[in-house]
Amino acid sequence: MSNFLSSSIGKKLLMSITGLFLVTFLFIHLSLNALLLVNDGGEMFNAAAHFMATNPIIKIMEPILALGFIIHIFYASLLTLQNQKARGKDRYASGNSTPDVSWASKNMYILGATILAFLVVHIAQFWVKFKITKELTPVHIDIAGVETEVENAYALVNQTFGMLWVVIVYVLGSIGLAWHLSHGFWSGLQTIGFSNTIWRTRWSVIGTIIAWIFGLGFSLIAILQYLFFQS
Amino acid sequence: MEKNINLKLKVWRQDGPKAKGRFETYEVKNISTDSSFLEMMDVLNEQLIQEGKEPVAFDHDCREGICGMCSMYINGHPHGPDEDITTCQLHMRKFKDGETVTIEPWRSAAFPVIKDLMVNRNAFDEIIAAGGYVSVSTGGVPDANSIPIPKEAADEAMDAASCIGCGACVAACKNGSAMLFVSAKVSQLALLPQGKVERARRAKAMVAKMDELGFGNCTNTGACEVECPKGVSITNIARLNREYLMAKFKD
Amino acid sequence: MTKIDSKIPEGPLAQKWTNYKNNQKLVNPANKRRLDVIVVGTGLAGASAGASLAEMGFKVKSFTIQDSPRRAHSIAAQGGINAAKNYPNDGDSVYRLFYDTIKGGDYRSREANVYRLAEVSNSIIDQCVAQGVPFAREYGGYLANRSFGGAQVSRTFYAKGQTGQQLLLGAYQALMRQVHEGNVELHTRTELVEIVIIDGKARGIITRNLITGELERHFGHAVVIASGGYGNTFFLSTNAMGSNGSAAWKAYQNGAFFANPAFVQIHPTCIPVHGEFQSKLTLMSESLRNDGRIWVPKKKEDAEAIRAGKLKPTEIAEEDRDYYLERRYPAFGNLVPRDVASRAAKERCDAGYGVGATGLAVYLDFKDAIERLGRDAIEARYGNLFQMYEKIVDENPYETPMMIYPAIHYTMGGLWVDYELQTNIPGLFAIGEANFSDHGANRLGASALMQGLADGYFVLPYTIQNYLADDIRTPRMSTDLPEFEEKEKKVKDRFKKLLSINGKYSVDHIHKELGHVMWDFVGMARNKEGLQKALDRILEIKKEFWTNVRIPGKLEGINLELEKAGRLADFIEIGELMARDALNREESCGGHFREEYQTKEGEALRRDDEFAYVSCWEYKGDDKEPVMHKETLKFEYVELKQRNYK
Repeated sequence: MSNFLSSSIGKKLLMSITGLFLVTFLFIHLSLNALLLVNDGGEMFNAAAHFMATNPIIKIMEPILALGFIIHIFYASLLTLQNQKARGKDRYASGNSTPDVSWASKNMYILGATILAFLVVHIAQFWVKFKITKELTPVHIDIAGVETEVENAYALVNQTFGMLWVVIVYVLGSIGLAWHLSHGFWSGLQTIGFSNTIWRTRWSVIGTIIAWIFGLGFSLIAILQYLFFQS
Repeated sequence: MEKNINLKLKVWRQDGPKAKGRFETYEVKNISTDSSFLEMMDVLNEQLIQEGKEPVAFDHDCREGICGMCSMYINGHPHGPDEDITTCQLHMRKFKDGETVTIEPWRSAAFPVIKDLMVNRNAFDEIIAAGGYVSVSTGGVPDANSIPIPKEAADEAMDAASCIGCGACVAACKNGSAMLFVSAKVSQLALLPQGKVERARRAKAMVAKMDELGFGNCTNTGACEVECPKGVSITNIARLNREYLMAKFKD
Repeated sequence: MTKIDSKIPEGPLAQKWTNYKNNQKLVNPANKRRLDVIVVGTGLAGASAGASLAEMGFKVKSFTIQDSPRRAHSIAAQGGINAAKNYPNDGDSVYRLFYDTIKGGDYRSREANVYRLAEVSNSIIDQCVAQGVPFAREYGGYLANRSFGGAQVSRTFYAKGQTGQQLLLGAYQALMRQVHEGNVELHTRTELVEIVIIDGKARGIITRNLITGELERHFGHAVVIASGGYGNTFFLSTNAMGSNGSAAWKAYQNGAFFANPAFVQIHPTCIPVHGEFQSKLTLMSESLRNDGRIWVPKKKEDAEAIRAGKLKPTEIAEEDRDYYLERRYPAFGNLVPRDVASRAAKERCDAGYGVGATGLAVYLDFKDAIERLGRDAIEARYGNLFQMYEKIVDENPYETPMMIYPAIHYTMGGLWVDYELQTNIPGLFAIGEANFSDHGANRLGASALMQGLADGYFVLPYTIQNYLADDIRTPRMSTDLPEFEEKEKKVKDRFKKLLSINGKYSVDHIHKELGHVMWDFVGMARNKEGLQKALDRILEIKKEFWTNVRIPGKLEGINLELEKAGRLADFIEIGELMARDALNREESCGGHFREEYQTKEGEALRRDDEFAYVSCWEYKGDDKEPVMHKETLKFEYVELKQRNYK
């Protein structure tokens, strides 16, 4: 197995699996964030956040998710270094004019770094405040007819999205993500081998759609929060 | 219609593998647009010889796009600015009068420069030697028609097999990856019943050799297939991944 | 005259090869490991022979001037490979393939050799399929066949328009497998520059490493020359730029006979010459003649208008077109053998009906085929060829007819070999295009691949054992022996001499000059006066070369001009021998057409009573005229007839 993971395809398989795993996480994240747009003063969002914070499956998944990020980033760096070396010392003076190659596919590491930068801001603003410094105030909401005390995550999110610079950072981060995924999604499936002449185009279309659902979804939520949900 | 053009050439000159290279600028005049790019290079070399200078070394042989020997990186493209051709089939009608043309060797760590525009592509031979064949010796084989092969499979195998081993895929790839080359051979043989027998062994051996020789890792940019003079498709890379992963998981 | 012994085995024609194999000597496996075989060239013949010998256990040393064995010019063969499988059930048989080959070669080849070729042809297809060669198939999954010039059956197997490539890659992969196993020592970018003879036997070669420029010595119990043909004597040909006759020429200079040098094939379907800087000619597969119809305008004024660019071929009415092959040869039509088709094109162009800017071209038209079968069907069959044509000529052959003209393509002549493919020097073998053996005065389409692979896979691996069996006690020899020393010195002196000339003209300049002389006087139509003139001119060119060539650079390191110069020096001498042989052969046969010997209708007139022999030239020294020996051809199984494709 060790020699498998040191092989080029083995390393790429890890990139692919962790990448696709992170995509499923994004799905859940986006669906949760969508609740921010329900005009109920954040009740549903808080309920969902509470569920996520207390559900044991999610608790188990959290470190796995972190591991997913770490592996994805570690192998991306390793592969990028190796690829730079494989390219040789001299660069083409006439550059590269190959048509029909997406910019994203050639700049995945840079896009990934953009996402990472965003992630740091994101974690500092929310996750740290949720989990470490515990800056949330309790609030009572009605979950399935039972009054429950939950942490008011909505208030923090709403407050954060009230700052214009945050919204801009989010929009930029989301676009970076969309770009990354516009190549990453189909590329991951290609690496696993789930591709042929027919599916190649299909995956790439599906991948682009997914990418922009995420990109536009996350940006819109931030923008709408800024514009219409500030009290 | 045929006409004559003048060009300025920026050509990479390098005396040997260890020597430091540099660009030299030359001018060529009255080049017929019906000439091939290599014929234009012949004119340049004739000129250099007349001036008592050393001609530019470049690889070429069949000059009809099939041997895979020619290998120049011209104006940002392996095999120059035309589609589905090798440098020897590139014609001067693709260039404008007075244009500056930059000519470089393939650049990849696994293809070191030998001299000027010549590079060493022995790595490809080593990959084939590692397993790019059916292990059958001469004689003792069944009648050619004893195993019917679906036409679709045979045609797909032929498309993969049309690779000429020129290395444009590696030259075009920002990662210097040889996956298109390797996948073409693995695909061809995996698609045919004769090659299926040792498909697992072949995929493992060829990928291991490819990695060992310092080629980069594929990031599916697809530049290789765009620049491939024979249009070999990157769906072959998906098949190689499949073949390799299945082989490894079986272990 | 007793020198020529072709060693044809006893027995009836169909039994000869079996008899030979039953009675030949073999080498046991333990001894094979102790025997070195040098194989020069890695094309179809060289790669298949190298792989097969190594699989058997011999230690093979394989040499190529290219960076990889996969680059050999066999790779460029487009159309296909013949075999007597009779899969289409159209009446083919080993005998019929044998007969067609003898007849196609205009009765100037050996019956026994050609029969053996036809006999092993089927095994080649089996072998290649087992290697994973992706031949074209029908929907039922079985192999597809197509027809080719000179045959009335469909016996040609093909892999799109890249049959040569696929067969070569099959052989190359087999060879690389043996490299991997350690049975083949592969020397790339290495050129043979001399052959070492010890006690009358070929025992090694001197090579030049084309990267470092160093001269190297290699020992072998036997030496196999598989270096291809000498078509590039003409400068412009369909051969690759690196294809050369030097290895065969060194064999000749060491005493091996050179047979039928004048037999050169002119291929009828090449893209016409466009200008003075042209470096080579591109072949369009002969298979195009299956569906394309060849024509020129019926009226001279139409041809003139086309040449002046005032008229387009598509504007010429059906009744004003002269489908001259269909007119002259109704039975075979556009599928007459190559020599016949080439001469007919030249005849029309010389008469003033040629098209294209130079008037040296005829049309190959797919209009009818596209109407009949649809554009898609034509694209499936010839798509890559049409694409290639369009890239070179910048015209779309689906819309306007292709222009074609004959060009030098293949050399039937080559080193004389006996039935065992051994030259008259013991231990020196020649296979593939480098030998003269199977095609007589004209080679049929799709037969070169067949012969190369037959020699390499199925003939030489047997016959060479008959020689090596007597050598099992011969230990590997030191390359410090004086014979090696002396040859290396000779080579070094020659290179030094070349480098010291420092004259006015580049190698290519002089080569073009030679090419013009060859094409004008030793080309498609030859006559006594012209050939004598050619001999004089070639001597002048030789003198010019040795006094006025300019080669920059040194012996050390890469020196492409020096490589070319060494080859050109040999081409000049080969050209001389070709002209001499053409002058000697006072008849017309196959690719050799002497204007003095033609029928009233302008067809080739063979003179079997006087010229049914192989001319075997023996080298007598640089300043001396070579001596010709005759190997008389005996035809016991076919009746000599005037070829008739009408």
